[in-house]
Amino acid sequence: MDLRLLLVGLLLGWAAQAPAQQISIGLGGDVTSIDPHYHNLTPNNNVADHIFGTLVHKDEKQRPLPGLAESWRPIDDLTWEFKIRKGVKFHDGSDLSAEDVAFSIDRTGKVPSSPAPFTIYTKQVTEAIVVDPHTLRLKSAAPYPNMVIDISTVQIVSKKAAGAASTDDFNSGKAAIGAGPYKLARYVRGDRIELVRNDAYWGPKPHWERVTFRLLTNDPARVAALLAGDVQAIENIPTADMARLAKNPGFGIFRTVSNRVIYLHIDSNRDKSPFVTDKAGKALERNPLKDVRVRRAMSKAINRQAIVDRVMEGLAIPAGQLLPDGMYGVSPRVKADAFDVDAAKKLLAEAGYPDGFGLTIHTPNNRYVNDEQIAQAVAQMLTRAGIQTKVEAMPANIFFSRGSKLDFSFMLVGWGADTGEVSSPLKSLLATYSKEKGMGAANRGRYSNPKMDQILEQALATVDDGKRELLLQQAVDVAMADVGVIPTHFQVNTWAARKGIGYTARTDERTHAHAFVPVKP
Amino acid sequence: MGAYIIRRLAASVVLLFVMSLLVFVGVYAIGNPVDLLISPEADQKEIARVVAALGLDKPLWEQYLIFLKQALAGDLGRSFAFNTPAIELILQRMPATMELALAAMAIAIVLGIPLGLYAGLKPDSVLAKAIMAGSILGFSLPTFWVGLMLIMLFAVQLGWLPASGRGATTELFGVQWSLFTLDGWRHLFMPALNLALFKLSLLIRLTRAGTREAILQDYVKFARAKGLRMRRVIGLHVLKNIMIPIVTVIGLEFGSVVAFSIVTETIFAWPGMGKLLIDSINVLDRPVVVAYLLVIVALFVFINLLVDVLYSALDPRVRVTGAPA
Amino acid sequence: MNVSDALIERAPAAAHVEAPLRRFVAMYAESRIAVVALVVLVGILLCAVSAPLISPQNPYDLAQIDILDARLPPGEKSAGGMTFVLGSDDQGRDMLSAIFYGLRISLGVGIAATVAAVGLGLGFGLIAAYAGGRVDALIMRVVDLQLSFPAILIALVLLAVVGQGVDKIIIALITVQWAYYARTVRSSALVERGKDYVEAARCLRLSPARILFRHILPNCLPPLIVVATVQVAHAIALEATLSFLGLGLPITQPSLGLLISNGFSYLLSGKYWISFYPGIALLMTIMSINLVADQLRDVLNPRLSR
Repeated sequence: MDLRLLLVGLLLGWAAQAPAQQISIGLGGDVTSIDPHYHNLTPNNNVADHIFGTLVHKDEKQRPLPGLAESWRPIDDLTWEFKIRKGVKFHDGSDLSAEDVAFSIDRTGKVPSSPAPFTIYTKQVTEAIVVDPHTLRLKSAAPYPNMVIDISTVQIVSKKAAGAASTDDFNSGKAAIGAGPYKLARYVRGDRIELVRNDAYWGPKPHWERVTFRLLTNDPARVAALLAGDVQAIENIPTADMARLAKNPGFGIFRTVSNRVIYLHIDSNRDKSPFVTDKAGKALERNPLKDVRVRRAMSKAINRQAIVDRVMEGLAIPAGQLLPDGMYGVSPRVKADAFDVDAAKKLLAEAGYPDGFGLTIHTPNNRYVNDEQIAQAVAQMLTRAGIQTKVEAMPANIFFSRGSKLDFSFMLVGWGADTGEVSSPLKSLLATYSKEKGMGAANRGRYSNPKMDQILEQALATVDDGKRELLLQQAVDVAMADVGVIPTHFQVNTWAARKGIGYTARTDERTHAHAFVPVKP
Repeated sequence: MGAYIIRRLAASVVLLFVMSLLVFVGVYAIGNPVDLLISPEADQKEIARVVAALGLDKPLWEQYLIFLKQALAGDLGRSFAFNTPAIELILQRMPATMELALAAMAIAIVLGIPLGLYAGLKPDSVLAKAIMAGSILGFSLPTFWVGLMLIMLFAVQLGWLPASGRGATTELFGVQWSLFTLDGWRHLFMPALNLALFKLSLLIRLTRAGTREAILQDYVKFARAKGLRMRRVIGLHVLKNIMIPIVTVIGLEFGSVVAFSIVTETIFAWPGMGKLLIDSINVLDRPVVVAYLLVIVALFVFINLLVDVLYSALDPRVRVTGAPA
Repeated sequence: MNVSDALIERAPAAAHVEAPLRRFVAMYAESRIAVVALVVLVGILLCAVSAPLISPQNPYDLAQIDILDARLPPGEKSAGGMTFVLGSDDQGRDMLSAIFYGLRISLGVGIAATVAAVGLGLGFGLIAAYAGGRVDALIMRVVDLQLSFPAILIALVLLAVVGQGVDKIIIALITVQWAYYARTVRSSALVERGKDYVEAARCLRLSPARILFRHILPNCLPPLIVVATVQVAHAIALEATLSFLGLGLPITQPSLGLLISNGFSYLLSGKYWISFYPGIALLMTIMSINLVADQLRDVLNPRLSR
């Protein structure tokens, strides 16, 4: 081996303490690919935000901002027009044009063996018309109010570089040519992603010249890396370490409410439910969960504040509906049920269960923050109200397959609204399950109310933002009055950074290196 | 000897076949990977499309036959999660695991044999008793607990060593190694020590036991009575006598070190094969799980064979023959 | 009940009757550490057996624990006025009670798996030794195969496939252990088979079963006891490791390994007691078993006897 290389290696080893223009950031989720259209997964999308970029960007509260498109407007009910930003250059120096955008939208459906394609956001686009190099029109078969939000998820790649590229070409860096603020330097799967600044970036110049994302999926290891100075910032502070980090003057904490709600799904449609029993453990003939009074009682029996304070160590906000206040479609009329055991017992008695019944709550144990601890706390609280509850925790791989087969009666699940508005959870979790309509795909409790379905469908066909929001709020009112699901809390997204580095906390769980900035201590 | 090796290899092929079938059925039984991988917002049609694209809509036997056909052509399939050949994923991660395992074995051998020898030769000394107590402690400490204690002490409290991950790498023979940089060693030390602890204790005890038995043997007593110097007696007779357990440890236990690195890699976020296996099981990435086990089985078959051959070279009493023992 | 436990509890009482046993006890008592370890082990076993009687709280009864008491340091009082001597965990469980119950599960799982595996291994080992030929070759081929793979790997794959649960983890532990016993029993049975007393028994036309169980088996027991004792410790450690990796026992019935793993995330934030005390309990259990096994090995190994 070359001796000089060895020496350089040794020196590099010594110089691991980062100079001013370099930052290492510990990520909590694994990045499975650099190909931005291969796997719709938050950590992948986050990295793609650095290298590629989308037509429509989102600010820290997920409100749309001009990105690679300077502006957009509906031309008629079935057509949206996007003005592509002028003077934007890809990393290889070529110009961004509407052709690249049309190619990128088309490519979402053509990535071989993609396990989570972006076609869920592009399938309604029937045609992409390149009017001129800086004008693109997207057509749909029916009025498509969510066009802008959906298109904001599609990363724009260079047609020239990605024309015939495979996912492997992106991972090796060959095809990873975008117009984002950073260029890919190296991707070591399961370990790190190294980026260098794109000095020709069209937007504000990012502070850091070199960025290293370290993939530290193990919670204690991520915190330890921050404390030991291996990385200068981390995302996703484990709740257990929050208090200690907050007290440490060497670090700053940044947080904001997340678009992810943790909720309890209830088997509310079947006459018999597999895990509902009497107190002796014998199966019940009648499914009490069909009765809205029972569901309301369960919601009232849950002490949301205790879950927030004790299980989540303050890193959550009690939830009464599907998205936190301030987001699109949130109903101003729905509040979280107040904790009231007596009222819960009264409702149970009214429904014909004065002595309660037996129930099992199923929960994943490696999917959401403190998932199985939350389930245990819920079981405690329901048991106190008379519903004797057992907990069964299992890894997510088993949980979701069984849940989709309707094996459970009562389960803890989470929902992150990637689109940042309420039609996403309404459509997937609460709309009546229907293969033909593509509704209720994640409705594992099979809640169904035709009135809610009808309002939702109307909303999804209304292009006017103001009118649509009113309809969505009504749909939320109906579903929550039925206690279709029991929301418990919204997660809080957290970041920690060494003193002297600031961050703008985001609702969408993304960790943007360019949003870390030096601040005066 | 030749017939013996051929017979062993034939048995291994059967084993590989059985293993692949078991794991294939097993992973299938756990659940559907698409439920985990796909974006939760996908509707039913989208889910069905992805299931079909990954070939998971076919009956299990057909999926297995397709896998078998490809495997015989040397293709173990592509990872569902990474869309990369599974074997490539594993081989990419292998150097990291191998250097961790090698470093751990080195620590265990360099410390274990001298300590065990001492404890065997002077069983009643205070130091020997301390060594043996330490080895029992090493046996009894759960690996994951020790790992965390090491991080607490060296990384957080003292700040001497980095808490996790792998250090700077350099390329040798087209593979990335971190053994040749100081940064690499700083990262490697704690996980290697963590992984070595159990084997170190094992080696101390094996060496001590071997030594104690050896010095009771007539030929050693005779050599000592003859007035041979103690150093020579140890070097010649005792060490030779304990070589067998040591070769066993280096060989067989190396495999178990590779397997146990799953735990260490999880704690120290070491980007090796073990972590890949856990991650793959978590997302039901069947091609990777199957390929990992096939690679490991092949590795073990090779190591076991090597150890057997070494045995017969070291100990003339052991003869490798085709007849069942 | 485990063979080694039978030995532990019966040995002192029977000492005055049988001379070999008395000699055995005397030899065992030569090591003070081993005696201390035995006392500790018996104490731990007593704690485990009487857990429901001595625990301040039933940690499995959700109505008795309160999330509002979560993560209180040792010595704090709960809302209900009970004192958490060793603190409480993230669900508001009393750590002391959780450790007693956890010991029960860890030891129960370890011992049950070992007993079953001993039975299985004993059967196959004796059959292999007595039958010889093809049967022997087949059994030993399987044993060799299994022993050439690390237990953790086999258990990991098995649990990933069959899922969580006390029964599942016992099955996994049996699967990875039986081969040790089969090999141990077979080799000592082979030695015994060639001895004169077996020849004599054959000449007397005793039935094979009688020879096997009344004559060969008792002489195979000493090495088996040593291996089994060590394996109980291994089984407990393996269960803890698998629980740590999230593949072992269900969360509502925490074993020691699961308790440690639950507290794992709180260690760095200074809430050491959640995983520290169960860790100490696990360490003491495994260490005392290992020390006892160590002394048993020395006492039972004829080559080292003076």
